[in-house]
Amino acid sequence: MSNDEVGLFGIVFAVLGGAIRVGTPFLFVSLGECLTERSGRINLGLEGNLIMGAMLAYGVSYGSGSPWLGVAAAAGAGAMLGVVHALLCQQARVNDIAVGIALMLFGTGLAFFWGKPFIQPSAPHLPSLSLGAWSDSPALRSALEINVLFIVGVLLAPLLAWFFRNARWGLNVRCVGESTEAAMAMGLNVNRVRLLSTMAGGALAGIGGSFLSLYYPGSWNEGLSSGQGLMAVALVIFARWDPVKCVYASLLFGGAAALGPALQSVGITWGYYLFNAAPYVLTLAIMIATSSAKRRLPGLPGVFSNLK
Amino acid sequence: MMRYLESFAIPVGALLVSLLLFGLFITVAGVNPFDVFASIYRGAFGSWFAWQDTLVRAAPLMLTALCTALPARAGLIVIGGEGAVVVGGFFAALIGIVLNGVFPPFLVILGMMLVAAVAGAVWIGAVGALRHLRGVNETISSLLLNYIAIALLNFFVVGMLKDPATLNKPSTYPIGDANMLGAMGSSSIHWGLGIGIIVCVVLWFLMRRTTFGFGVDVVGGNVRAAQLTGLPVGRLIITACALGGAAAGIAGMIEVAAVHGRANTSLNAGYGYAGILVAFLARHNPLAIIPVAILLGGIRASGGVLQRAHDLPDATTLVMQGIIFVVILASEALYGRLRWLQPKAQPA
Repeated sequence: MSNDEVGLFGIVFAVLGGAIRVGTPFLFVSLGECLTERSGRINLGLEGNLIMGAMLAYGVSYGSGSPWLGVAAAAGAGAMLGVVHALLCQQARVNDIAVGIALMLFGTGLAFFWGKPFIQPSAPHLPSLSLGAWSDSPALRSALEINVLFIVGVLLAPLLAWFFRNARWGLNVRCVGESTEAAMAMGLNVNRVRLLSTMAGGALAGIGGSFLSLYYPGSWNEGLSSGQGLMAVALVIFARWDPVKCVYASLLFGGAAALGPALQSVGITWGYYLFNAAPYVLTLAIMIATSSAKRRLPGLPGVFSNLK
Repeated sequence: MMRYLESFAIPVGALLVSLLLFGLFITVAGVNPFDVFASIYRGAFGSWFAWQDTLVRAAPLMLTALCTALPARAGLIVIGGEGAVVVGGFFAALIGIVLNGVFPPFLVILGMMLVAAVAGAVWIGAVGALRHLRGVNETISSLLLNYIAIALLNFFVVGMLKDPATLNKPSTYPIGDANMLGAMGSSSIHWGLGIGIIVCVVLWFLMRRTTFGFGVDVVGGNVRAAQLTGLPVGRLIITACALGGAAAGIAGMIEVAAVHGRANTSLNAGYGYAGILVAFLARHNPLAIIPVAILLGGIRASGGVLQRAHDLPDATTLVMQGIIFVVILASEALYGRLRWLQPKAQPA
């Protein structure tokens, strides 16, 4: 094998592994956002849930020695921020997008405020499965070092799709998201359905944050998140409000984000910072290509049709 | 005056409620809230020195707030101020480096300001155009553009435009001391504050006293009605976005020409995001943005004092801003509900 081939395979494996590692937080926030938006609300504040989840997961894991307890704490904190979002948004004339921005600021502030003592110490990490143990290639082995949370997320996606299609509660969520009036006529408590959806969506985003601090990059600091929570909204549009497509979208984004570091690892440093923009340029390009000024996006929950 | 009572009393009331909540938070954190409030006042408005720091921080906030406020009047939620600051600052630095020594400083400064405004206007104008022509969600696209702007800045700052003399913090070559915006009078406040206030007043006049501004408000109130009355909806939306972007671009130019002297990653220091809060607090009124920006500039300026005097993390001011933002938004629900704030019915 020539050197060039090793380099090329190296890039492919690094991007593949990066897609999974970097994509996992994207997966959880996009699934959470998907659930929330299907109920007819947009939560732009998942960035706050993510950072809060990352901080709390790290702190709890450090204090208790159990990373899974940390994940649970992150989910709890995310759920609480989701409840605040839902309660504020059900008031008259309160704009859900603006509340999202406000809660992002609030959640980030709280996480930085309480997270100061956890910047130095190292906490126990989440376990991973070595699916590449059969291979001789260290690049492939490290690419197939799969974290348990990723597998949980991948299994959660079809489960959520099934929930929307077949479960009574899932149908209720969709009904509330399609038409507030129809849901009220059916006797559904619209606010409660949205509250529970935003709460569960917030919890998922919190779990996504715990992955950041407890696995990859695997420590708590104030520059941990680079807008993964904010990107969730774009991802869900890209995935057409379909949980299974959220998996593909997250992997694509993770891969795009891993491109720069992957090229750097084989010695190509030119344009490293330009490649940092790759996931954002990709999202923007896809949104421009798929949006339309005239027709409704396929899959868009009905209550948003007047916003678009 | 009764007409304005509600739009004054509710934000002030909300501000007091958020101070109360912040006080509770501080108490839980184990610090005496009254001491903290006293420190915030001291750090923000307690001395001429503190005032100068506050006003210098308020200048870019005024301009970035306009980047959210103007599109908001047309019904768009744009959060791309951060990116427009970066783009404006970058192009201002570029022009400054190229024209340094070629033209007199006055022309160089004017050129930097113009180019920064155009760069910001194109950046956010594109967001409005994408929204109008392709139906692309403006909140998301403006957010994505923030990250793209920062990546581009990093690319050029560590790449072809890097001044080899800047090691710790990669920066572009300097624009030259002669081309810096000076201080106003004998203070240490640079002319950015003057520019910010002038831009706010001019845009207030444009938005509240001209047919253009009225048209934008109609589009923001009801797009269908605007279309039916034959208003050029697309042009109004794109112009409102472009004007907001131009303001944020000038903020970037001020950061370069009055503070850093060159473009570097200090441009994305969060002024764009804080501007969103200022815009919502001021209810998207360009004139109200001036005092709100000063208030918020003061809160941000007091972070250092809180750290030194009470050993509180610098994120304390972030928590306070978050609480204020949440409470202000929640208070939107009160408009029209409080009987004693409504204007009395005119006798027929």
